[in-house]
Amino acid sequence: MDFLFVIQQTLSATLGVNAIIFALAAIGLNMHFGYTGLLNFGQAGFLAIGAYSVAVPVISFGLSLWVAFLIGIFNSIIFALLLGVPTLRLRADYLAIVTIAFAEIVRQVARSATFNDSLGGSDGITGKFGKEFFDLNPFKGGLAIPILRFNGNDLWVVITGWILVAIITFIMWIMVNSPWGRVMRAIREDEDAVRSLGKNVYLYKMQSLIIGGAIGSIAGFVYALSRQSVQPDNYGTALTFFAYTVLILGGAARVFAPIVGAMIFWFLIVFIEQILREGVSSNLIPDWLIGVNQVGQIRFMLMGLGLMLLMIFRPQGIFGDKKELALDARA
Amino acid sequence: MHPSDALTQDLERDLKFTRKKLSARFILVYIALITATAALSSIASPAHAAETTKLYGVIIDSAEKPISGVNVSIAGPDGFSAKVVTDSLGAWEVLVTAKGTYAATINEGDLPSGQALTDPKKGTIKANVFMTGVELRLLFPIGPGVEKATRLERSAQLTVDGLILGLIIALAALGLNLIFGTTGLTNFAHGEILTFAGLLTYYFSAIVKLPVALAALVAVILSAFISGFLQDRYLWRPLRKRGTGLIAMLVVSIGFAIFLRYFFLFLFGGDTRQLPQYAGQAGLELGLVNITPKSILTTTIGIGFIVFATLWLLTTRMGKASRAVADNPALASASGIDVQKVIRAVWILGAALAGYAGVIVTVNQGVSFLMGQDMLLLIFAAVTLGGLGTANGALVGSLIIGLFVQLSTLFIPTELKYVGALVVLILILIVRPQGILGRKERIG
Repeated sequence: MDFLFVIQQTLSATLGVNAIIFALAAIGLNMHFGYTGLLNFGQAGFLAIGAYSVAVPVISFGLSLWVAFLIGIFNSIIFALLLGVPTLRLRADYLAIVTIAFAEIVRQVARSATFNDSLGGSDGITGKFGKEFFDLNPFKGGLAIPILRFNGNDLWVVITGWILVAIITFIMWIMVNSPWGRVMRAIREDEDAVRSLGKNVYLYKMQSLIIGGAIGSIAGFVYALSRQSVQPDNYGTALTFFAYTVLILGGAARVFAPIVGAMIFWFLIVFIEQILREGVSSNLIPDWLIGVNQVGQIRFMLMGLGLMLLMIFRPQGIFGDKKELALDARA
Repeated sequence: MHPSDALTQDLERDLKFTRKKLSARFILVYIALITATAALSSIASPAHAAETTKLYGVIIDSAEKPISGVNVSIAGPDGFSAKVVTDSLGAWEVLVTAKGTYAATINEGDLPSGQALTDPKKGTIKANVFMTGVELRLLFPIGPGVEKATRLERSAQLTVDGLILGLIIALAALGLNLIFGTTGLTNFAHGEILTFAGLLTYYFSAIVKLPVALAALVAVILSAFISGFLQDRYLWRPLRKRGTGLIAMLVVSIGFAIFLRYFFLFLFGGDTRQLPQYAGQAGLELGLVNITPKSILTTTIGIGFIVFATLWLLTTRMGKASRAVADNPALASASGIDVQKVIRAVWILGAALAGYAGVIVTVNQGVSFLMGQDMLLLIFAAVTLGGLGTANGALVGSLIIGLFVQLSTLFIPTELKYVGALVVLILILIVRPQGILGRKERIG
């Protein structure tokens, strides 16, 4: 076994692009679920909108990437409005199902051959739409120390990505500790009480959906930019579920939870996968038990099992406060 | 419906199931392949010179007679264009050197009278040449022509297909809704009950070599016992005892679904497999529609199951008790109803019904590890449409979703049929947030 390689891969993933994407997606979910109690299962849809919004304008219309970012935010707001109008009056479990349906609509339309010319069908879009961003990269050489390895582009995404996460987390911290944030938490605990105080619950929920959705679309920007491609099937329901895992792992309704959750999530996933891979390739794990191609499947099984056990034994996550989250779908 | 359409549909389903396995680019080639008429089969040819890619095909009519003298024009990247004519064997080929997307268009006017494209949209087939040195076979579906399948016939066929799909959804949705009604659990792992029963059917039919009917029976019984009784006894009941919240249980079910799905993948592999028995059963022409005997039989039994479940709910003590628990668990418990026993009964019944839904899909379309996941959203849409927690609501919602999914293909591309159903779900919820048969006080 090459332990140094395992450690290098694991640490690079813990601080890497995927952790940033999931941290951002989970910050959005934290706004929805953690602070407002909206069970949004359509976060993958917002990521897809963000990703397509940076790729399509640059590739198809020759617009600047910076304009594309604005278009992405704008699109996510429009979609949040479209999604919110029919669904925000629904009970939590209805909302969960309808938002899943929303994300699937986005994905299936994006991958359909009908819109092949603009959205690339099931192939998605691949191209150098991030050129303007990577031209600014001062670290073209990348980073290669024994325990951490990023190529030039990844390093630039990782540095700017974590700065972005820090800024958004700071804004979130200010927001949720403001009077506005207290209204949000009150809605999560008891909508009717808030309504009787004269607040427009519907409007507040809509604001929450828009803000969380916009943050989700920013996660989509990072997803698309880091890979220089957009694949529709990456934005399936599993993405949303794992973003929830990240949030719950850290502790819902805690500002730092998504960051810690994303790092631990990717640390565990890559560490376990690398250990299994090394075990299989050095024949410590017999071939009849786990084949080389089955390591990924084992990984997903462990992810599912982990989510179950986490929710059963520590639903408040690492930092969460059990008392703060007393949600009940029927309440 | 023309047999080639049935094949195309089957292959489209396969395509859907295997999409995770195939790389996205292969799917494009696959789409080109699935337009083959039923009579055509792949012919292996020796590999070509490494720098060129051969685009080729054979044009034959529905009686497998080659059609010569048909013009095929090919357009490609960088202004590439070529025209070829089919030879006496109906074959054509073009050699290309550049990578990119090529479009082959058939000149419909060259087809003999009585022969036409069975799908008018397939007159142009796109092929993505992503590497050179390969051969891509492009097939145009030729048959008696779509003119003969009138809109009436297509509507009739799609209505039957829609009713069958609706029935499959209903079988699964009834259980989901009963469980939701009695325990409040929104079970995201319900689709995996279908997959599990499908895999059991496959195991007993293809590996133990039991007759399909017996394999199906064993699968439904095991589904009721394992997915119903054991799952409730050792997973959900302890969670209820711990006082786990409903949203927490919902998330647990998501984790469980992910675990099971990849566990099935681990055991079974990623492909869609057909049962060895009755795999290529020919359809019967019944008036306007074409339907296979196995489909008629499995559907009829399915209707029987639903009638049985409805009678159980309406007439038996246990059924009435389950409705009482769904209405008000505390009051039901206070009236001397053993709530845990009712929940157990509901899980067993629900898992048997969903298991049978899995059997129907497996017998008619084959089984893959993604079967349940692909059905789950439709099941949820049906339940939400009918009203969460209402048993007849699930039936109504399922039929609407099933019919809508199939009939919408008269107007929208087949690949977007699920999107149509989901859009309708959202639209109906704007008007009736509680679902069609749901009661208003049930929503917050």
